[in-house]
Amino acid sequence: MDFKYFEKKAADVRVGVIKAVAAAGSGHPGGSLSAADLVTALYFHEMNIDPENPKMKERDKFILSKGHAGPVQYAALALRGFFPKEDVLNLRKIGGRFQGHPDMNKVPGIEMSTGSLGQGFAAAAGMAMANKLDKNPGRIYVLIGDGELQEGMIWETAMSAPNYQLDNLTAIIDWNGLQIDGRNEDVMSVSPIDEKFAAFGWNVLTINGHSFPEIFEAFDKAKTCKGRPTVIIAKTYKGHGVSFMEDNAGWHGKAPNAEEMKNAVAELGGEF
Amino acid sequence: MAEKIATRQAYGKTLVELGRINENLVVMDADLSKSTMTYEFSQAYPERFFNMGIAEQNMYAAAAGLAVSGKVVCASTFAMFAAGRAFEIIRNSIGYTRANVKICATHAGITVGEDGATHQTFEDLALMRTIPGMTVLNPSDAVSAEKLLMQAVAMNGPVYVRLGRAAVPVCYQESDEIEIGKANLLKDGSDVTIVATGIMVNEALIAAEELKRDGISARVIDMHTIKPIDREIIAKAARETGKIVTAEEHSVIGGLGAAVAEVVVTECPVKMAMIGQKDTFGESGKPSELLEKYGMTAKDIAAAAKSLQD
Repeated sequence: MDFKYFEKKAADVRVGVIKAVAAAGSGHPGGSLSAADLVTALYFHEMNIDPENPKMKERDKFILSKGHAGPVQYAALALRGFFPKEDVLNLRKIGGRFQGHPDMNKVPGIEMSTGSLGQGFAAAAGMAMANKLDKNPGRIYVLIGDGELQEGMIWETAMSAPNYQLDNLTAIIDWNGLQIDGRNEDVMSVSPIDEKFAAFGWNVLTINGHSFPEIFEAFDKAKTCKGRPTVIIAKTYKGHGVSFMEDNAGWHGKAPNAEEMKNAVAELGGEF
Repeated sequence: MAEKIATRQAYGKTLVELGRINENLVVMDADLSKSTMTYEFSQAYPERFFNMGIAEQNMYAAAAGLAVSGKVVCASTFAMFAAGRAFEIIRNSIGYTRANVKICATHAGITVGEDGATHQTFEDLALMRTIPGMTVLNPSDAVSAEKLLMQAVAMNGPVYVRLGRAAVPVCYQESDEIEIGKANLLKDGSDVTIVATGIMVNEALIAAEELKRDGISARVIDMHTIKPIDREIIAKAARETGKIVTAEEHSVIGGLGAAVAEVVVTECPVKMAMIGQKDTFGESGKPSELLEKYGMTAKDIAAAAKSLQD
């Protein structure tokens, strides 16, 4: 497989994130960049979707439970052809479609409005239950932040998804180790993530979330696991791809200025 | 004496009928199916019933996921844990998305009785009606509960349905027309209007009889739909009777009284009195004892109506 193709796509997605957040003057670049490779892998390889027919019945669905990383989903959907790239630069503007957190009723390709942490995971499980009822082969993918694991209802869903044997559900944890107030371990420890999910009955895979070979292999393993849902714990770095943002909690919710944007885009080498 | 049936009983029976006519209906519960009466549905259609355990937040967000996948979902628990505990999930994952979820909440109000203050919900109507696009229903008896539930499931979009634990008299006939958004005029009158909702409708009818003995002609309106509220019938009552008493088994803050007052002050300001829970928590006791102690009986409604005559 030509992994260079996906690396290039991910660079384009990252440039989209930087440009959109810079144009908005606010937003969440750090957690968008950490998830960029995972989201690129889903939209450009893994998922059965059609930009010409975004409501296709048997499509796979992606839910961004960490809705503050909306720019990464917008950038990927635009590059995948769901809407023009230029539109995404209207991020967070009054009257616009590209809300600070994704709105399913405004943007094609967004399957669930998210932003309030914990809820996208549960909604994704609900979608997986619906597909089971309908014998719909579509798979459900949901991306959860590591800080988001501190929400109590995450563990309600962690309990219910194996109970209902939702093997059509794949959760991905964007394990970048940082949240607004600092390192997870300093704010509120979420460790050990793998043992917690294993105890709840999940098929647990731990990977490098910036490695396409590892990401694709994990998706394949998730698909062949029957009778229980899979969680992919993806080790990532917040701000990955932009050296001055990488692994820095300060870039959780701050927009780059013009100079910083220029430097970031140059370093990423992508196009958007 | 009219037959007495709890609105939750009517809910359980109606769900089974709805399950038969609508294959797309899914029912969820949070370990209270024998109390909320979703149990009957769970036995009739086990593949379409999900017990989500004692985890209401997950239940309502998962309900949203099922609904945006094309299902119509009735998700039940006690009102305290639906409107209360899961408020923000209902607001963001069901309200904001306009998901086709019917939040059928039972054991509302003080008539939950002996379980006491932690289970007596007086805030649900207030909370639910602040959510844009949320239809809020509070049926008064078994007949209206069935008719409103059928319409709630047939319409697209989020609906909150308030249901009670205690058996209450049936005040409607099967042939009566009951429509979401259109209040029912149960008794005409010219001196005062009692706008009641839920189990207080029956109390309002008794109060009207008492007032009649004192020479006061009371109009009685069943405001089964708290939102969208029937503005026309309220404005007409204000113009024609000049005084309004509201009656609800809910806090006087933010519920029916407030919703009616919002219409009255903008359409035709008149004197009002509000019967309901007076900014205080409840306690354990028999439903009838509690209604009396906390001032939510026909006697209280009649006294309030008389006070407005001065």
